Amino acid sequence: MLLAQKRLGSLVSSTKFLKTVNSSRLLEFSTSAAMSLKFKNTKRIEGLDKNVWIEFTKLAADPSVVNLGQGLPDISPPAYVKEELSKVAMVDNLNQYTRGFGHPSLVKALSCLYEKFYQKQINPNKEILVTVGAYGSLFNAIQGLIDEGDEVIIIVPFYDCYEPMVRMAGATPVFIPLRSKPVNGKRWSSSDWTLDPQELESKFNPKTKAIILNTPHNPFGKVYTKEELQVIADLCIKYDTLCISDEVYEWLVYTGNKHLRIATFPGMWERTVTIGSAGKTFSVTGWKLGWSIGPEHLIKHLQTVQQNTIYTCATPLQEALAQAFWIDIKRMDDPECYFNSLPRELEVKRDRMVHLLESVGLNPIVPDGGYFIIADVSSLDADLSDLKNEEPYDYKFVKWMTKNKKLSAIPVSAFCDSETKLQFEKLVRFCFIKKDSTLDAAEEIIKAWSRQKS
Amino acid sequence: MFRNAAAISLHLVGLLQGKKAGASVTRHLHQTFTMAKQMQARRLKGLDYNPWVEYARLATEYDAVNLGQGFPDFAPPDFALEAFQHAVSGDLMLNQYTKAFGYPPLTKILASFFGKLLGHELDPLTNVLVTVGAYGALFTAFQALVDEGDEVIIIEPFFDCYEPMTLMAGGRPVFVSLKPSPTRDGELNSSSNWRLDPDELASKFTPHTKALVLNTPNNPLGKVFSQTELELVASLCQQHNVVCISDEVYQWLVFDGCQHISIASLPGMWERTLTIGSAGKTFSATGWKVGWVLGPDHLMKHLRTVHQNSIYHCPTQTQAAVAESFEKEQLCFGQPSSYFVQLPRAMQRSRDYMARSLQSVGLMPVLPQGSYFLITDISGFKSKMPDLPGAANEPYDRRFVKWMIKNKPVSSEGLRPLHPLLFCKG
Repeated sequence: MLLAQKRLGSLVSSTKFLKTVNSSRLLEFSTSAAMSLKFKNTKRIEGLDKNVWIEFTKLAADPSVVNLGQGLPDISPPAYVKEELSKVAMVDNLNQYTRGFGHPSLVKALSCLYEKFYQKQINPNKEILVTVGAYGSLFNAIQGLIDEGDEVIIIVPFYDCYEPMVRMAGATPVFIPLRSKPVNGKRWSSSDWTLDPQELESKFNPKTKAIILNTPHNPFGKVYTKEELQVIADLCIKYDTLCISDEVYEWLVYTGNKHLRIATFPGMWERTVTIGSAGKTFSVTGWKLGWSIGPEHLIKHLQTVQQNTIYTCATPLQEALAQAFWIDIKRMDDPECYFNSLPRELEVKRDRMVHLLESVGLNPIVPDGGYFIIADVSSLDADLSDLKNEEPYDYKFVKWMTKNKKLSAIPVSAFCDSETKLQFEKLVRFCFIKKDSTLDAAEEIIKAWSRQKS
Repeated sequence: MFRNAAAISLHLVGLLQGKKAGASVTRHLHQTFTMAKQMQARRLKGLDYNPWVEYARLATEYDAVNLGQGFPDFAPPDFALEAFQHAVSGDLMLNQYTKAFGYPPLTKILASFFGKLLGHELDPLTNVLVTVGAYGALFTAFQALVDEGDEVIIIEPFFDCYEPMTLMAGGRPVFVSLKPSPTRDGELNSSSNWRLDPDELASKFTPHTKALVLNTPNNPLGKVFSQTELELVASLCQQHNVVCISDEVYQWLVFDGCQHISIASLPGMWERTLTIGSAGKTFSATGWKVGWVLGPDHLMKHLRTVHQNSIYHCPTQTQAAVAESFEKEQLCFGQPSSYFVQLPRAMQRSRDYMARSLQSVGLMPVLPQGSYFLITDISGFKSKMPDLPGAANEPYDRRFVKWMIKNKPVSSEGLRPLHPLLFCKG
């Protein structure tokens, strides 16, 4: 009662509330209503509280579940990468703030590395920004360049953060799905999934500020070809649009494929921000370092966001990353360079996954890049009748598989907007950057599953 | 001097080359900037300037002893260095993503450590969020709670990011100044002497006031708000139903037997306060960039939404290092061997030494009760050297700092955005 009276006291002065108190319950309701209005979320995050990873990570946290869901390596980072971080941890003066836009030795290494691909000088201070993971680069790019009322084209399926980040900037996402060509007896490949050029052009209009490109693509592993990138580049130039190119899996392309950087296409450098990731490059997702590369007139706005959000990234991790880069920059043609050895290692795992999935009737889409593989689960005809809710089929399938088969994955409709979820609801994503014992355990489960069926 | 001359001539040469190129330069510029659309998002309007970027660059250029930017030039304590070494050579999986809202052993120890201090049981999952430094915590709080048109009360002098963060969220900063009472001749000024006028503070609250930013111990003054002062702020926050964003990064750095009080521990404040802390300031490891927010779930859930849509995870190993450091400290908390006892003791000696040095050259320091900053009155200099080089409307303190960097081997930050007259009495 005393507490209610205290709160009443504070309300009276600000809202000229009732003088007589009839019921303390009425007061408490009004108090909490008044409080809750002011403590409500801001408009910019309205509806953005849900997150697919929170839900599915919890599901797969059971240690008896073989986790092929979240894109997290359980393989060791290369020995020299770990060693560089250990060395750095022994140095006292790397524990204080470094340069906000990127630790000097790191931006120098990035500039040196990427100059080889861009065939131009890249100014380490003005054309590079180091961020908290590629996630942070996406955030800085969108906050720095996208305004309320802008439209941003997003290709479906998409890495799930693109949509909420665009909405948080007050902009409207405009979706266009990848569509599969008929396969006709050939092995289904990520390259069979393409954009229809006319449909793509129809999404561009004077309000279109940017298109977000992801190559190699998560979740399909599609590696966009020269012709496909040219279509996108032509439209960007025609409609004077920016391109935010998420290339975190840039080193992970398999035999017969080549990663192409859209920023190297004519007319594209000045309108493209290209994003990379230490986590994906060196299998150190927990270091949370990423970078944006682009022309000064774009990067400076990402830098402004940086100095008003986190200001600077962790020093010791940046120094260790710089040293790791120098080791591999010196041996880019060597098969032992991690940029060459990792895709080789992963291609073997990819092929193993393809066979495993096929053996149990899960129809895989062979990825040309990245470390995920998608399977079509419709032919399995799993009994999901006890999951009576309104979720898409693949959500229910993953939950059933996690619970009954102790194998986890991520539903592809989690990477779709509400309109296109149904188009992709028979597809499920598996991650294969896993050590052999994890894949062995997955194989056991799949073999037992397949025996059960026959 | 030679270095200065060299730097200036290079700059001029660059300009000359541009002018010679003439028409082709214009064409090149036109080709480069073909995008007709407005590039910079409107939320960044006016936010490109940052004083730290400018002064840090100057200090490096002139090879000055940098007493400006706030970071230690000594190492973190041994137990913290060891904690980081353990984190990077331990479990392989520490190289991979951890939980989005905080590495579990860290959120657990923060909940237990600060629960005791705030007098409120903390749940590691709902009352704790780990961020990229206290800077990241502040950003997350502003984005979660400050909407377009909301007013945010900021106490001057203030850590500079409060204003641009308010503006970036579309909010309107409302300033109220700490003001010094006059001191007697010969008496050293103290940060405790700088106070808010209660009526003036009360007048700043309007129906649009969403939040008040409190910083105690205060940067740059070093003021440690007293129980009475906090009660005043608390009662106004409750009366007007306002959120208090309490930046307490220097909470362990208090001197002369001063007591740091967290406003969240006052009656009626837990449910409306976000308490921000920093591993960088706590363990003299600013480069780890680990910070945290503690608060009630009904506010924290909005910060979690911002966090998962901005950076999502913080690095794992630095969090692991902070967790182990806190675990070590918890064992000797309150005892003479505690870092939280030893560091302020050492800093108090540095403070006193610095104050004496400043006084010896005729400057008038304001003795801070906390933090590791000290401000000084330069009005004595202004009367002797009123015309320092600088832009037409550049405040005297900024000109003084630049002059000092270039001519004396010590840099300091100008006191932004404190009104220069406060430092130019007489």
